[in-house]
Amino acid sequence: MSTVQLFRTGDTPLPDVIILTHKLTREYDMGSELVRALRGVSVQIRRNEYVAVMGPSGSGKSTLMNLVGCLDTPTSGEYWLNGQKVSDLADDELARIRNKEIGFVFQTFNLLPRADALHNVELPLIYAGLSARNRRAKAAQALERVGLADRMDHKPNELSGGQRQRVAIARALVNEPSILLADEPTGNLDSTTSGEIMAVFAELHHQGQTVVMVTHEQDIAAHAARVVTLRDGIVATDQARAA
Amino acid sequence: MRLALQTLRAQKLKSGFSLLGVFIGVASLIGAWSIVNGVNRYMTEKFAQTLYGVNTFQLRRRPMFTPNVPDSVWRAWQRRPRIRFSDAEAVSAGLTVPVITAWQSSDNVTVSYSSKESRDIELTAASERYFDIKNLKIAIGRPFTGEENRSGAPIVVLGDAVAKRLFADRSPLGHNVRIGGVPYRVIGVVERQGSILGFPLDRFVVVPALSPAQNLVNPPGILDAFLIKARSDPEMREAIAQAEGIMRSRRHLRPKQDNNFVLDTSEGVQQFWAGISRILVIVLPGVVLVSLVIGGIVIMNIMLMAVAERTREIGLRKSLGARRRDVLSQFLAESTAIATVGASFGIVAGIALTLAIDKLSPLPASVSPMSVVLGVIMGAGVGVVAGVYPASRAARLDPITALRQE
Repeated sequence: MSTVQLFRTGDTPLPDVIILTHKLTREYDMGSELVRALRGVSVQIRRNEYVAVMGPSGSGKSTLMNLVGCLDTPTSGEYWLNGQKVSDLADDELARIRNKEIGFVFQTFNLLPRADALHNVELPLIYAGLSARNRRAKAAQALERVGLADRMDHKPNELSGGQRQRVAIARALVNEPSILLADEPTGNLDSTTSGEIMAVFAELHHQGQTVVMVTHEQDIAAHAARVVTLRDGIVATDQARAA
Repeated sequence: MRLALQTLRAQKLKSGFSLLGVFIGVASLIGAWSIVNGVNRYMTEKFAQTLYGVNTFQLRRRPMFTPNVPDSVWRAWQRRPRIRFSDAEAVSAGLTVPVITAWQSSDNVTVSYSSKESRDIELTAASERYFDIKNLKIAIGRPFTGEENRSGAPIVVLGDAVAKRLFADRSPLGHNVRIGGVPYRVIGVVERQGSILGFPLDRFVVVPALSPAQNLVNPPGILDAFLIKARSDPEMREAIAQAEGIMRSRRHLRPKQDNNFVLDTSEGVQQFWAGISRILVIVLPGVVLVSLVIGGIVIMNIMLMAVAERTREIGLRKSLGARRRDVLSQFLAESTAIATVGASFGIVAGIALTLAIDKLSPLPASVSPMSVVLGVIMGAGVGVVAGVYPASRAARLDPITALRQE
């Protein structure tokens, strides 16, 4: 909290600020009524932070997640990711940002069922335009990082839930993104496996990875160093935890 | 592309159905085209020549090949005077173009040898150059001479089928066969001619025009046809013009009157065939188009289903950085792969079909390379066209909604 820049429209974020949202709003036109999912969210996240985003359902945390993940564009406000203003980029440029800067981890893993672990991890590299040989090498390396070196040729249905999520994490990491963006990463896992996944996240954070995680579980959020709580589309609390 | 083939392999049944559409289209394209192609070549190269001979025309009362003639025309033909020996002699004497000529009269008879019979045999009473004009080669023995023709010798040259039927493997030479109760000594057998469009060409016998059998085929002094063979096409046309003049003056026709005879060439047959093949050329693409359109619709449906089923996958790919054109090209590649695989099977089946038709049916058929090329292009084209709409729908999907879908 000590060195947070007071950001004004027209400013550029400080170099170590990976994520900066400024008065971010998102409204959905649902025909008869206007749903204001976000009503001016300003958050700064610096390099190598480990942040949990919490909030009850309807608080706008999924909307914020989609905007931070460049899957959606805001109605107004600014969003800077890794020094680049992305809030007004076009579709294909957003696709490139998603590919290079963001590693997604989903609640339901979202692996391709017919492809083996290695090929699943290769996917982002295909869209990055790497050669097949480079892809294989980097994907294998990413799987080793999450401890699945011996499961590369397994299909998702031959893996346990925890292993599947680790494949998904390897896929998220393979392009060396600025942020790892996890949406309820333990929502489909039992508590033991959840613990394993949290250990992986902690290790990645320790290695310097910036991690942003959306969750509604207190004990999962407890693994993060900072918790941002949303309520009714605005930031309710933003607290650093004693590590 | 590799991805596309993977999907294809994984969704065997659905892909199978869409394969079928293109498969049938391409197979029918190649099959039908090959038949037309084969028959076309056959008609122009062989059929016309077998019936008429090269650079040959015939002086007749009516055309030999008469498809779809109305009754009134037919009755008018029947009222025409017949061709007489004297007509043939006069034309022969009047022509200044070098030609060879033959008399010909034919009817169906029964030919027998001891206890064996061959029924429905075409008996042709002809003069000696008939063999040259019709290009009938003698396998064993000899044709008859001009001298034998003029003297009306009771001798006969057998068609291959007749010789086989009456004499089996023995040589018929020197034996007497009976035609209309009269014995004829066999002096030769013609080489096997095979068949044409399923009609056997070897069920005939040839006797001298003036032999006693002439009474079996025509009234005295009457001919079915006078055959005239020139050395070249222009000479044939010149001979036709001369023969027309000679016949008109013999028949005392005034300038305004129509000919009451014909100078028949193979052009009639060829025109008739050209008409049929024109119809086929119009109908054939229609049939092929229909099956390709059906195939295309099936592929489009399968692809739309695939897009719906794989909405999540598309959302995932987009979240991992796939641009619109990446998703578009993936689905286009899939539909093109399906169509191309279908087309390849279709080509193989089409060629097999063609060979089977050629071997097993009387229709001649030969594979046209052009149809194979066209088959590939059309197959792949159907894939692209049918894939565009589903693929663009996939490409336009919103990643958030797509990811949320169950």
